Amino acid sequence: MSDGPRVRVLGAGVAGLAAAFEFARADCRVELIERREAAGLGCSHLAGGMLAPWCEAESSEQIIVDLGVESIEFWTHVVPVAERRGTLVLAAARDRPELARYARRTLERESLDGAAIAALEPDLSGRFEQALFYPREAHLDPRAAMAALLSRLKGFANVALRFGVEASPASDDADWTIDCRGLDSRDRLQDLRGVKGEMLILATPEVNLSRPVWLLHPRQPVYIVPRGGGRFMVGATMIENDEPGRITARAMLELLGAAYTVHPAFAEAEIVETGCGVRPAFPDNLPRLRREGRVIHVNGLFRHGFLIAPALARRAARMALDGAHFPEVTDADPRQRQSA
Amino acid sequence: MTKDALTLYGVALSSRLLAGTAQYPSPAILADAVRASGSEVATVSLRRESGAARAGETFWALIRGLGVKVLPNTAGCRTVKEAVTTAQMAREIFGTPWIKLEVIGEDDTLQPDVFGLVEAASILTRDGFQVFPYTTEDLVVAEKLLGAGCEVLMPWGAPIGSGRGLNNPYALRALRAHFPEIPLIIDAGLGAPSHAAAAMEMGYDAVLLNTAIARAGDPVGMARAFSLAVEAGRLAFLSDPMQPRDMAAPSTPVMGRAFTGVARA
Repeated sequence: MSDGPRVRVLGAGVAGLAAAFEFARADCRVELIERREAAGLGCSHLAGGMLAPWCEAESSEQIIVDLGVESIEFWTHVVPVAERRGTLVLAAARDRPELARYARRTLERESLDGAAIAALEPDLSGRFEQALFYPREAHLDPRAAMAALLSRLKGFANVALRFGVEASPASDDADWTIDCRGLDSRDRLQDLRGVKGEMLILATPEVNLSRPVWLLHPRQPVYIVPRGGGRFMVGATMIENDEPGRITARAMLELLGAAYTVHPAFAEAEIVETGCGVRPAFPDNLPRLRREGRVIHVNGLFRHGFLIAPALARRAARMALDGAHFPEVTDADPRQRQSA
Repeated sequence: MTKDALTLYGVALSSRLLAGTAQYPSPAILADAVRASGSEVATVSLRRESGAARAGETFWALIRGLGVKVLPNTAGCRTVKEAVTTAQMAREIFGTPWIKLEVIGEDDTLQPDVFGLVEAASILTRDGFQVFPYTTEDLVVAEKLLGAGCEVLMPWGAPIGSGRGLNNPYALRALRAHFPEIPLIIDAGLGAPSHAAAAMEMGYDAVLLNTAIARAGDPVGMARAFSLAVEAGRLAFLSDPMQPRDMAAPSTPVMGRAFTGVARA
């Protein structure tokens, strides 16, 4: 049995599991506490699972790209659940200016014509004449990824998992508490807010896609992520409120309309699931490792959970165990956040 | 307050740029951009963010925290009833009689339904609201909105979010000439600061814009650019710009000078 530092991780979403994994790898005695009955039942359950850091540059800062690139390594080598097949970005003919704007603001991309699109995704043959392709990007199935990470954690003798237990960072019998409770930490993190997201899962044997597809639209870009077995996750709305569980007809109209635009056969697909969650975000939509004494909050992952959780977890572990500083994800000087 | 103040329903403003609050990369960038724009009025949509139980409170608190006057809007409303209900909720949430009234008639162009607009404006003004109607450049509709009690008009430059600028300068000029005393604000369709400057040079009282700033690569830089353009355009309008003419009019006399018009070697 390890006699390393005692570390209590609160919350078993992707941030909590990734943090528990990093501390476990560093020989700490880890106790993971989750108030729900199982892991990954919050935002992680509803995530798209796109590992698309270069696409994210369209509306995010460089730090998200850097953390994302680092995390792709984690999901392809350490807990290898991701497939690296790139991301395809499309727009309907009348929304072409959106594609030009997207191209201007992103790197590591190729411009494709209709034939090249068809070569990548034969089912889209003849449907789109222009696209952007981000060959280095990857995707994963979030639920499979959570299961894989959890089974790795169970393999550590120095990790204890407790589900169905209310946890608060108040108790101090641990050397470190890593608070990864997302929006539940709002009592401690006053500047945290919720950003609602709605998604759905479609099933159809008539469409084959082998990589995530974004459909750009001036009002609401929508992505479709293949989950295998004829299932497709379609997401996600971004609404400035913190209302969990209430899915609007408008959201479904927009998501289904986009899926139908990408391929009309989605009209006959079965809706196997709809979901709605609330993402935790800070005012700049960037994540924080915020230290309060022996507590480190890992929060504000916004819509970037799987994309950045491993890189944040690694930093949290080094911050606690080595006294390392990571100005790019702490509050000290926002200007330094640009350079990771 | 400067001499050249803009007065909207009795409120004097020194900035002639009204800012939108949607589609920014983050609330922090939104706040920085609104500050850089110098705007004293920010419009905020409620229809979608409100949810079932006013779940948008965090975001609204953020808007209130900008320290500008809030102009709630009915964006996304398609019927008179929706718009009126949204306006009433906005009044409760933000404690203001101001409402930017949008009744959308067509999904592709987000063109106003001017019949519904006039009806909703009339209901709301009777209920004590101070209505800022988002309308087209149509003169007759403008007359009816004024008849319904509106004291400000907000004709579009081009469809919302299209960034095309002033699509119909002739009609916009006619509207300006027809209502010299009514505050007219170009709302929607502006893409570049030059569009805003052109509207101001034409004598429009202010511009309201969102997408052109929010979706720029650097929203804060673009907010400042629009602020300068609005100021330049307004100053130009007040300074009586010269009229264009067909022939050159040299600024120094050429009469009697040898070889005028011969290219130098």
